[in-house]
Amino acid sequence: MAPVLSVQNLSVSMKGSKGPVPVLENLSFDVAQGKTMALVGESGCGKSMTALAIMRLLPEDFTVTSGSIVLDGEDVLAAAPAQLRGLRGNKMSMIFQEPMTALNPLFTVGDQIGEVLRQHRKLSHRDATEQTINFLKAVQIPAAEKRVHAYPHQLSGGMRQRVMIAMALACRPKLLIADEPTTALDVTVQAQIFDLLSQLQDETETAIVLITHDLGAVAELADDVAVLYAGRCIEKGTSHEVIAHARHPYTRGLMACVPHLHLGPTTRNARTELEEIPGMVPPLGARGLDCAFLPRCTFAGDVCRSQPQPPLDIVDAHAAVSCWRHQEIAP
Amino acid sequence: MSDGTSAYTQPVQATSDILLDINDLVVHFPAGRRGMFGPPSKVHAVDGISFRVRRGTTFGIVGESGSGKSTTAQAVMRLIPATSGQIVFGGDNIANFRGERLRLARSKFQIVFQDPFSALDPRRRAGELIREPLDLLGIGSPRQRDARVRQLLEEVGLPPQAADLFPHQFSGGQRQRLCIARAMAPEPDLIVCDEAVSALDVAIQAQILNLLKKLQCERGLTYIFISHDLGVIQHFCDDIAVMYLGKIVEQAPASVFFSAPCHPYSWSLIAAAAPPGSLRNRLKQGYLVKGDPPSPVDPPPGCRFAQRCPFVIEKCRNELPILKFTGPDHFVACHRTGDAKPPDFSAST
Repeated sequence: MAPVLSVQNLSVSMKGSKGPVPVLENLSFDVAQGKTMALVGESGCGKSMTALAIMRLLPEDFTVTSGSIVLDGEDVLAAAPAQLRGLRGNKMSMIFQEPMTALNPLFTVGDQIGEVLRQHRKLSHRDATEQTINFLKAVQIPAAEKRVHAYPHQLSGGMRQRVMIAMALACRPKLLIADEPTTALDVTVQAQIFDLLSQLQDETETAIVLITHDLGAVAELADDVAVLYAGRCIEKGTSHEVIAHARHPYTRGLMACVPHLHLGPTTRNARTELEEIPGMVPPLGARGLDCAFLPRCTFAGDVCRSQPQPPLDIVDAHAAVSCWRHQEIAP
Repeated sequence: MSDGTSAYTQPVQATSDILLDINDLVVHFPAGRRGMFGPPSKVHAVDGISFRVRRGTTFGIVGESGSGKSTTAQAVMRLIPATSGQIVFGGDNIANFRGERLRLARSKFQIVFQDPFSALDPRRRAGELIREPLDLLGIGSPRQRDARVRQLLEEVGLPPQAADLFPHQFSGGQRQRLCIARAMAPEPDLIVCDEAVSALDVAIQAQILNLLKKLQCERGLTYIFISHDLGVIQHFCDDIAVMYLGKIVEQAPASVFFSAPCHPYSWSLIAAAAPPGSLRNRLKQGYLVKGDPPSPVDPPPGCRFAQRCPFVIEKCRNELPILKFTGPDHFVACHRTGDAKPPDFSAST
């Protein structure tokens, strides 16, 4: 079966004072129906830019320089404005990190969810409102008949994110892009939103691109994962394989530097040092041909310094990694 | 940036000496009236909490938004006035300090905020920013202050040239290092870290946590560490208080809290943060609460958590539970302690 979304060799660059600056380089991934692909990395790694490129929402000064994005057989990059309007909200939609800024404060949530249905499904105002109430119930908002007339400021953060999800899924899109959907929410609410997303995905078979920095969320929600670093994909595979056997030093570092919760009466050594990745992501424009992670890598060898960054090396059916030394340094 | 020193091998200078003793702290904010002639409402941001922080240790406060963690931090820092209660710092009740006396006392307690972007004046250079507290408090001669700025930059892992740069020329992690250097400048005994690592990327978060720990080991600093991330709290804190709508619902040493927590809200927080796997699924099914935290404006009588608690009984809705002793240094405010079944953390079954 053809994937719902196919991104091939996508490169994006930014207009700079000394010519174009690469932001994303040669990114490729597919997402199949009902599957979740996670994009992981620190800020500045190009996760959100990938999402915006797929939605054709790149800011001014940013352009797709090469590659293709095909959604359900339609070429997104070649789509004319009218075709694009048919795609957005209908075949692909997006939920953002901060639900307060993504909702219009001047309209009720019912108006805003209903707008999607009126635009794309040509429903009447009354039918749209009726449907909206059903959607609000589907995202587990209590007293949906009342809440449909509420303004965003009258809802809590978790409730607003549920409204965003209802709005994004209103037309049963083929693809949902979730850009850090729970980062701004409380921890107990985060867990609820993740449960809701996976439950709705089971029902609607939507393909999800999940953008996150939380490897716990990846383990729980994602089927596949791509780890981005400085605009390049440095490791890709099934989420199970990447989390159980991370190969790239960056991925390994990302997992080691998070303090994991230990439960039960284990004697915890409180004073152990967290592993850290020294330094920071190189800024845009300071990225050469060699491995972008080189300055921070504790495993860097001569081969890394003398050669450009290797392409993704396919290790097996479940994993691919871009590192000269991944076999030597395997734990 | 990172030095990866061996500071961790040094024994921590934890003592049983109480540095900070908070006694029945209350912070209420006015919240308008109900209707034009109705009674005035109050936000019960912090509603009668007490805790003690031992010198050289880290006291963690965990809770969701609206629980009163940050209000507690700001009240302890005397940045907002306490409605009532005592804040005994190093033997003095600083809740009553005013004017010059408060200004001078402030050198001993400092705060690091969540967002290093808005915490630094964008028009001043890093060196001036670090020097400012020294100038204001009149610490040392001008030449000594310059030397201290260089020393502080080195301690937080920034190069000496950083002194001449403006905040926008630093990354988020470096800016947080600047904030820490600024807080360290007057050689305080206590630093309050209000979500100090929450806005940072995980890799940077680890760097800052390691830096804070190194500084604690070297100087015997005491921290109040506020976070919503239980993983970070467990890694970093010696004692933990869980807050919910202005009340402490459970307080315990970290080792006790993560092996035998007693409050249903603690169980829920742990269920939400448990590492993925069968244990997490089991915890989530039995203990994760639904819904959002309610508003702290005019909370109902009874237990604040009663609305969301899976173990609620009639008594919980009517009678406010008080913090009760359940074990050494372990306090829980719940009517159903010993009655509701606590989670089983064993990986099997």
